[in-house]
Amino acid sequence: MNILKFFTAGSVDDGKSTLIGRLLYDTDSILADQLEALQSSNRKNDDGSIDLAILTDGLRAEREQGITIDVAYKYFQTEKRKFIIADTPGHIQYTRNMVTGASTANLAIILIDARNGVVEQTIRHSYIVSLLGIKHVVVCINKMDMVDYSETVYSAIIEKYKVLAQQLKLADVTYIPVSALKGDNIVQNSGNMDWYEGESLLHFLEKVDTDNLDKSQLARMPVQWVIRPQTEELHDYRGYAGRVLSGTFNLNDKVTVLPSGASSTVEKIEFFDQTPDAAHAGQSVIIHLKDDVDISRGDTIVNASALPQESKLIEADLCWMDSRALDTSIMYNIQHNSKITRCKISEILHKVDINTLEKHAAHEFKLNDIGRVIIKTADALAFDLYDDNRANGSAILVDTRTNLTVGALMFRAAVE
Amino acid sequence: MFNKQQQQRQHFAMSTYNFDYLDELEAEAIHILREVAGQFEKPALLFSGGKDSITLVRLAEKAFRPGKFPFPLVHIDTGHNFEETITYRDQMVERIGEKLIIGSVQESIDQGKVVEQTGKNASRNALQTVTLLDTIAKYQFDACIGGARRDEEKARAKERIFSVRDEFGQWDPKRQRPELWNIYNGKIHKGENIRVFPISNWTELDVWNYIRREKIDLPSIYFSHERDCITRNGQLMAASPFLNMDSEDIVERKQVRFRTVGDMSCTAAVESDATLIDDIISEISASKISERGARMDDKVSEAAMEDRKKGGYF
Repeated sequence: MNILKFFTAGSVDDGKSTLIGRLLYDTDSILADQLEALQSSNRKNDDGSIDLAILTDGLRAEREQGITIDVAYKYFQTEKRKFIIADTPGHIQYTRNMVTGASTANLAIILIDARNGVVEQTIRHSYIVSLLGIKHVVVCINKMDMVDYSETVYSAIIEKYKVLAQQLKLADVTYIPVSALKGDNIVQNSGNMDWYEGESLLHFLEKVDTDNLDKSQLARMPVQWVIRPQTEELHDYRGYAGRVLSGTFNLNDKVTVLPSGASSTVEKIEFFDQTPDAAHAGQSVIIHLKDDVDISRGDTIVNASALPQESKLIEADLCWMDSRALDTSIMYNIQHNSKITRCKISEILHKVDINTLEKHAAHEFKLNDIGRVIIKTADALAFDLYDDNRANGSAILVDTRTNLTVGALMFRAAVE
Repeated sequence: MFNKQQQQRQHFAMSTYNFDYLDELEAEAIHILREVAGQFEKPALLFSGGKDSITLVRLAEKAFRPGKFPFPLVHIDTGHNFEETITYRDQMVERIGEKLIIGSVQESIDQGKVVEQTGKNASRNALQTVTLLDTIAKYQFDACIGGARRDEEKARAKERIFSVRDEFGQWDPKRQRPELWNIYNGKIHKGENIRVFPISNWTELDVWNYIRREKIDLPSIYFSHERDCITRNGQLMAASPFLNMDSEDIVERKQVRFRTVGDMSCTAAVESDATLIDDIISEISASKISERGARMDDKVSEAAMEDRKKGGYF
């Protein structure tokens, strides 16, 4: 059994929380005491049924306002798979929280209200999905019960969305007509839409390729911690602990350590009481090298035959996440895996109007702005392009005055 | 489902690369623990003797052996613990050879920093927040690793893996840092600290399946045993000197086990014949009551957990 991580995008009234509530409810994932708490709360639908949306609004302020402010993570499982849902807010002022939820997801569910079709929010949500390189997209045309389960309405919406998907280069898009409120095509196929020949949402989620880990062959392991017991019997023990970001390290593989460029060979791989022959993407292991090279936290061990880029000048997409605007005159910290170094935004190339997808020249970045910048770092980073290797192609910006995470970066090119 | 997982136990030995969900959760938690080691000066692992913090200890062994843990274990001892938990704690510390620091709620009471609650439902659960914050201040811990999971409670579902607390220990849900990809920002100002939750993404069932797979020993109270209990507010409570009992309380001998381990005065038992981990897993899989359903402290109001966390509770 494996895990599928997905997030839901849709605005407040598209029924996003209801959709998640419905998935949990119809898969029997809500326990009796939680259900009891739901029933005793005051929010009910017009017909007196339980308001499933409040299952996901965990904060007092969210329940008061009836909206989702911050990401909530929900868990459920079926016979076939485990699911982690990042329930993200749809409001434009919470774009940063949507990016947060999307950054760890492998699949996005985009909700469209059947009565309204493709709207500005749909464009915005789809843009973020494309920006963050999420492989699979499920477009749920919701509230089909409000349009008499009309195939014509559904077809018109997907024709329109297909144009957007092409524009955004979304490769794998699946369309499902649903009613989250009534439960049509969420867990079970609906009898109300005989014209729909596809699967229910849950059935689709159970079998879609998870692709949790980068399948790229680029073997990368940032060193997080050097293990040196320094005891008598382990006097010379020196193990490099980290999580393999991508690719595979095999015994006797030739490796390069960056930034020093030192070469060596994988001598031993350890995992607690085991000594496997290989360490694969996603695994947290300890690697031993044949040669005594100087390695510390922040260094990256990579396969010698497929080196990453190394540069102090990088073109990247930036999502600004702080209420204090970007200041191009000051230094920030950039955190790329276990490496932290100083940096400056040396140039703003453009900003994207995420409602229309138009690019504009810009001099500033404010909360929730997204665009392209050139970043100059104090130490060179050993990175891959985000499209090739999500894990080694992303970084965050930290404001050293407030210590807040203020930006999300996706590397697009090394500047020569 | 479970048989399949057992077959996959030898994942590393298999020729094909098979990354089961427990492997993925485990690798993520180890990564988080190593980030704590790398990013903080004085971290600590909060150890309650419950299954979640016991799981954390195993994960720390996997993250740092054959080296020492780069942090001590810290137990905030309410003084109202199950004896079995304390015995287990001491034996475990002996076995792993790591340092244990104890923060004592009794001491906080003796020092006049907190006042013992009175009344029938008195508990030391709320008092331990003060002892925890004092212990953090005394040892100047900048990061505290804990075994909380997002599936436990709806306010916890909102919390980041690296959760910043101000110098008063407070969590502010509206000022959470975005947490992107697998990059954790541990930068803080002096006086602040970060609560780190490596098993955020695990569910109760995941923890049990992991304990079974790893053959981890647990305190005996997790397994079915006979115990004197009283029924209070619809819950089965272990009869003990720590519980304010009166003539209305009828003590009955019951076959019980505990699903979660906390203070004796606020942790309820469930009737159960489950003596093996397999039995427990079947029982939980079939249960219609959440784990937190057996915690009196969550029943105070709809925002009970959120409010306690804002006040510095773990």
